[in-house]
Amino acid sequence: MGAFIELDRVEKVFDVRKRTGFLKREVRRVRAVDSISFTVARGEMVGYIGPNGAGKSTTIKMLTGILTPSGGRLRVAGIDPSRERMRLAHRIGVVFGQRTTLWWDLPLIDSYRLMHRMYRIPDARYRENLDRLVELLGLGALLDVPVRQLSLGQRMRGDIAAALLHDPEVLYLDEPTIGLDVVSKARVREFLRELNAERGTTVLLTTHDLQDIEQLCSRVMVIDHGRLVYDGALAGLHEAGGGERTLVVDLARELPPIEAGPTARVVKVDGPRQWLAFPASESAAPLVARIAAEYPLVDLSVREPDIEAVIAKMLSSMGDASVPAPGRETVVPGAQSS
Amino acid sequence: MGSARLYAAVAVGGFRRYATYRAATVAGVFTNTVFGLILVYTYLALWDERPHLGGYDQAQAVTFVWLGQALYATLAIQGGGFESELMERVRTGDVAIDLYRPADLQLWWLAGDLGRSLFQLIGRGVVPFVVGVLFFPTALPDDPLLWLAFLVAVVLAMVVSFAIRFLVALSGFWLMDGTGASQVLMVTGMFCGGMALPLNAFPGALGEVVRQLPWAALLQMPADLLMGEADPLSVFAFQAGWAVVLLGVGRLVQSAATRRVVVQGG
Repeated sequence: MGAFIELDRVEKVFDVRKRTGFLKREVRRVRAVDSISFTVARGEMVGYIGPNGAGKSTTIKMLTGILTPSGGRLRVAGIDPSRERMRLAHRIGVVFGQRTTLWWDLPLIDSYRLMHRMYRIPDARYRENLDRLVELLGLGALLDVPVRQLSLGQRMRGDIAAALLHDPEVLYLDEPTIGLDVVSKARVREFLRELNAERGTTVLLTTHDLQDIEQLCSRVMVIDHGRLVYDGALAGLHEAGGGERTLVVDLARELPPIEAGPTARVVKVDGPRQWLAFPASESAAPLVARIAAEYPLVDLSVREPDIEAVIAKMLSSMGDASVPAPGRETVVPGAQSS
Repeated sequence: MGSARLYAAVAVGGFRRYATYRAATVAGVFTNTVFGLILVYTYLALWDERPHLGGYDQAQAVTFVWLGQALYATLAIQGGGFESELMERVRTGDVAIDLYRPADLQLWWLAGDLGRSLFQLIGRGVVPFVVGVLFFPTALPDDPLLWLAFLVAVVLAMVVSFAIRFLVALSGFWLMDGTGASQVLMVTGMFCGGMALPLNAFPGALGEVVRQLPWAALLQMPADLLMGEADPLSVFAFQAGWAVVLLGVGRLVQSAATRRVVVQGG
């Protein structure tokens, strides 16, 4: 069980040209990915998260071979993606949540037939995989519907099926639940969990939705400003970030702020509704039990900290010293072109 | 073998995608018929004043008009094929999906565009042409071999047309916005493609130059072949020559484009 995905000090540097005068241009060098190293074992399901522009998609594009790293060493299944893109393509599946690989104007099944040819899937295997995916993802009634008529959730499931027809060993998912409603999200997550458990497919998941990670991944990697700032269990991320969950409590009537122990504090009161913040690493159960016992409780809900907030807190709690900001963006002296 | 089946599937998909939009097809047939009528009367007036302009008699000039209307959408002479779609995919970053597929970008779009061309020939080309032949005196051959040669020339023209538009589409990797390139394509297509006037009616040095450009391979050459004004083999050679050159340049530009790609939109 060696490393299936292997990154060793991988960098991606873009030169961004900016007009500074009529003919003058200044070249700024942007390090989208700055010396990232990690390994993912076969069969792992890993969350890869970070704020917008952190370098997540750039990493995924390097893993598929679309982008060539500016430095470092990168291997997927022992293959250098950018050198042997075509060979690797038969072994990986990709879903970009905001883009589609499906033929917009044609019925869903036509796109699958195309995948059949494109990945040279043996006929029997294609039929077997298609039947299984159609059943698991509930696509039966949609196969003859033109893709443009599908809802976002349906289209996403259609895209996931398209990425798996050729039995890829690894699946890259870039925001697979973005814009989906609760039911569709649950369906996609359940499917991914089964895929990973039953087929042993390695999954690398990029998302903004912390629940995706919580429900699917035992391991999470956080990237910020092109650097890997965290790699470990999700619980550890909450601790590192000092993240807080919020308990929203509806009481029977207006009351003074709830007193519910040392770790929880009321952050907002609006009539009978109160908001309590408590550490994300703690269970909500004792807190809820206590409030229910002592107050006239009508309703309650728990809100998870969103990923941006966790990361922002984590970065600020780590202190600026450990966040290697300098060197990310540098102006190249004299690099002017006309 | 395996890849032949893939690109055949892409071509079938290209055909079916355009076949989906029936109302657009009907509107296109109507437009081409009306434009054909306008041009025919204009040409008839012109050839009345200048008989044998460019070596054509009136029937040949009329035939040229209807061939032009039949091939206008087929060969996307003024644009309107896959290139606007590809430029849009470059602009939005969707081209990332085309790039990670185990398929060649140029062959993929060539196959899809050939499928589109074939649909446009059948769906949009035949009706205006038949209308023209029924209501106006035309100069068409009886020899089925000549018709066969004409069809070969049309297929070659499809490839040359694709190769021109592929280069235009790739410019999107540098320009980001394809509007300007599309407009250039529209004007060159109309002028150099013979949609305004047959290229053999262009005077002097201008005519000499225009008749050697790749756009001459689109409408002018197949039309001359069909009307017996050009030798089929030299027409094929001219078309194939441009196809090879332009596809080759396209391949070079493609590898430069994909190497410098900064896929848009995260």
